Amino acid sequence: MKATVTVMLKTGVLDPQGKAIAHALGTLGFAGVGDVRAGKVIELELAETDPKKARAVAEEMARKLLANTVIESFRVEVGG
Amino acid sequence: MKAGIVIFPGINRERDMTIALQSSFGAAPHMIWHKDTGLPDGIDLVVIPGGFSFGDYLRCGAMAAHSPIMRAVAEHAAKGGYVLGVCNGFQILTESGVLPGALLRNASLRFLSMDCHLKVERADTAFTRQYHTGQTFRSILAHGDGNYFADDATLDRLEHDNLVAFRYATRTGTIAPEANLNGSARSIAGIFSPNLRVLGLMPHPEDLVDPLMGGTDGKPLFDALAAA
Repeated sequence: MKATVTVMLKTGVLDPQGKAIAHALGTLGFAGVGDVRAGKVIELELAETDPKKARAVAEEMARKLLANTVIESFRVEVGG
Repeated sequence: MKAGIVIFPGINRERDMTIALQSSFGAAPHMIWHKDTGLPDGIDLVVIPGGFSFGDYLRCGAMAAHSPIMRAVAEHAAKGGYVLGVCNGFQILTESGVLPGALLRNASLRFLSMDCHLKVERADTAFTRQYHTGQTFRSILAHGDGNYFADDATLDRLEHDNLVAFRYATRTGTIAPEANLNGSARSIAGIFSPNLRVLGLMPHPEDLVDPLMGGTDGKPLFDALAAA
């Protein structure tokens, strides 16, 4: 079963990459771009077939390694 | 004082750290491989040097923080042993929870390879006894992710408990935004553990320990440890 973990910097944590992307988009002529935040997506192929258990194990992986919860939040999607 | 240096794949400052430790301690430090599960007998000080452990994959220090040796390092720290983490070593100590906070991408997004000046916040520790409180000394920055971050409650606690070791300052000792090159919260360059036995900092004191290197501003830190 596939689990997708999306890791983003927490609200309030400065995201200089997002700021640089916003600036570059403005330079390219894209008007009306507000706040931009950059994160990462981690796709996991899990042996687990029960969606509930797959979510639980992916969340534990996120807490222990995939995200640093001092600065990042994460979201887990299961399926596929 | 017997020192050991932890080696992870991708660490590249262990030789400079060896020179600094050997010149102050009079003996070569032990090299400790990351797959080891225990420290060599009689190690008083564990040093985690700079570099790019595990290629900085995922986050700087994230992989190294879960290496077998880090459990032994955390136990050493918990028992009151000395630990020094420089640059990637500081990142590894925060990732493993030995020290609070995290190191974010530099606010400028640029890799910084340049001099900085550090203000000594307290000179009553094993690391800083040969400096004076309020003294400014020169050090070297070489990092892309040195922007210290912690939530306000943690920062307040660090300041209240007097656990800030060094702040980025101007040459004359003024704490100012222009001297805070990586954008660190409250200009923090290094912090202590509550028992003052663990120090993590981004700049490289080991880069200035011999006149041949262009200065000896970092040597008092190693001399102080040798005498601790």
